[in-house]
Amino acid sequence: MAVVEEIRPTTDALLKSAPPRRPANLGQFLRWLLLFLGGIAMVMPIAFMISTSLKWPHEVYNLRLIPEEPHLENYTYVLEDGRFYWWFLNSLLIATITTISNVLFDSLVGYTLCKFRFPGRYIIFIAILSTLMIPTEMLVIPWYLMSQQFGWLDSYWGIMFPGLMTAFGTFLMKQFFETVPDDFIEAARIDGLNELQIWWTVAMPLVKPALAALAIFVFLGNWTAFIWPLIVTNSVEMYTLPVGLSSFGDEADVAWELIMTGAAISTIPTLVVFLIFQRFIIRGVVMAGLKG
Amino acid sequence: MTLYRNLSIRQKQIVWAWAFLALPVLFYSVIRFYPTGNAILISFQDWNLLGDRTWAGFDNYAKLMADPVFWKVFQNTFVYLLLGTPVSLVISFVIAYHLDKLRFMHGFLRMLYFLPFMTSAVAMAWVWRWFYQPVPIGLFNNFLASVGIPQVNFLNSTTNALPSILAPAVWAGLGFQIIIFMAGLRAIPKSYYEAAKIDGVSTWTVLWEITLPLLKPTIVFLVVFSSIGFLRIFDHVFNMTSQNPGGPLNSTKPLVLMIYQTAFNSFDMGYAAAQTVVLFLVLLVVSLLQLRLLRDR
Repeated sequence: MAVVEEIRPTTDALLKSAPPRRPANLGQFLRWLLLFLGGIAMVMPIAFMISTSLKWPHEVYNLRLIPEEPHLENYTYVLEDGRFYWWFLNSLLIATITTISNVLFDSLVGYTLCKFRFPGRYIIFIAILSTLMIPTEMLVIPWYLMSQQFGWLDSYWGIMFPGLMTAFGTFLMKQFFETVPDDFIEAARIDGLNELQIWWTVAMPLVKPALAALAIFVFLGNWTAFIWPLIVTNSVEMYTLPVGLSSFGDEADVAWELIMTGAAISTIPTLVVFLIFQRFIIRGVVMAGLKG
Repeated sequence: MTLYRNLSIRQKQIVWAWAFLALPVLFYSVIRFYPTGNAILISFQDWNLLGDRTWAGFDNYAKLMADPVFWKVFQNTFVYLLLGTPVSLVISFVIAYHLDKLRFMHGFLRMLYFLPFMTSAVAMAWVWRWFYQPVPIGLFNNFLASVGIPQVNFLNSTTNALPSILAPAVWAGLGFQIIIFMAGLRAIPKSYYEAAKIDGVSTWTVLWEITLPLLKPTIVFLVVFSSIGFLRIFDHVFNMTSQNPGGPLNSTKPLVLMIYQTAFNSFDMGYAAAQTVVLFLVLLVVSLLQLRLLRDR
């Protein structure tokens, strides 16, 4: 943010020094107006999804964004059916556990690769790095066969196991542990902490922003994951929200307002989290994007 | 315990390091490396999941080369890439470039553009699918009808369906690209702009001679990242064409959808595995090519 403030005055000074002052301001206004209209257009699909989920059947197909008489009957109907309730809980459980696992293991591996010197370090580093090149789609067939063999099909473990650790998270964390001074770790060793305690109580608190960025990425990724849960689940109770919504939409004669309600149920939680932690999440995304 | 105490500090570190890595090493071996090898192995076998696995040599690959559906799918996959990547990068750069110059309601505007990135692809595919329906259901056609423009056949046309499916994928990714572009723009030292101002250089020249060249690392990252995304497109296609996945007439089917159908609808595991190997090679070649081309210039 500090950088932004530094750049700003220059831009403004540049605008002010331009001889005809009015056109510059008009230009700035037009720029703002166009970006504003563009921004409104960007959120229209989300707005229409939510608005339709609050409409009665007879007004679903008109172009009004604000429902004539907003109501929550669609939500009651969809949730009373029970399935969305289950799918929501499944998705929440799976995304939460995977996030915890990634935060713990990716940071542990990243820390070890960053702060320890041991034989095999370079090979492990390259090996994990190379898995970034392998697309998930290449692994789904062997994962499916493996799940079939071990009885993991149609279970929470079956949905979760491929994502418990990620190379992306490991490298993100490794990059951030570089910023933790070795002196801190040495000092903790002299104080008699063991290596596990040093990692947990000394190093981890220093990379909290990176942990949060990782958690956001992993949670969002697992909350919206589709192809693997689609393959590994069979029974309706085991579906995650995206798989459930997909099958729900395909049922014959499902009204569009109910599909929009289902879509809203699977989208609103992440939108709310984003609106609350907006600045924080955007910073996290930039960090993860640029460092990972 | 006494054994551990007698170790030197360096040796203790080795013990700790491997203790920390034991479980992850097991994970990466069993869940990443073994399946990779297995996928390649299966691609040389003939196997329908129930019967025996028999050695097939290069039969699956030969079948793939002779399969007209594969070539159609291969072409579609590249159309997604060649339309999606440039379109999304140009739009997101233009927005980021102008948004970066604004102060008034900056945070609010940025929030509007970023919001779609937080949505789930499946949910949004259904929303857009509804938009695309013919009158009296779909929002777009209702709008066109209300202003007297003829109807557009979005999803049932072999020419319109692919761009129609691509649109929500581009839309959802814009927020991320805009944020990354803005971070890149801010990292450019302002002294360059000041020097340009003193020299009286036009805005256009500043853009082409200073901003874009200095933004190259960001551009390279986004080109590679979004290309991989478009080459692996699946969720949108599957959900927007689910009565006839990849239709009409395979005109929207990408490689990942073909893999899914071959493996989990036809249970032709060997053939599907061969397709995944092709996908892997396509991703590898495209990424390396892009890195080479963009870095050298």
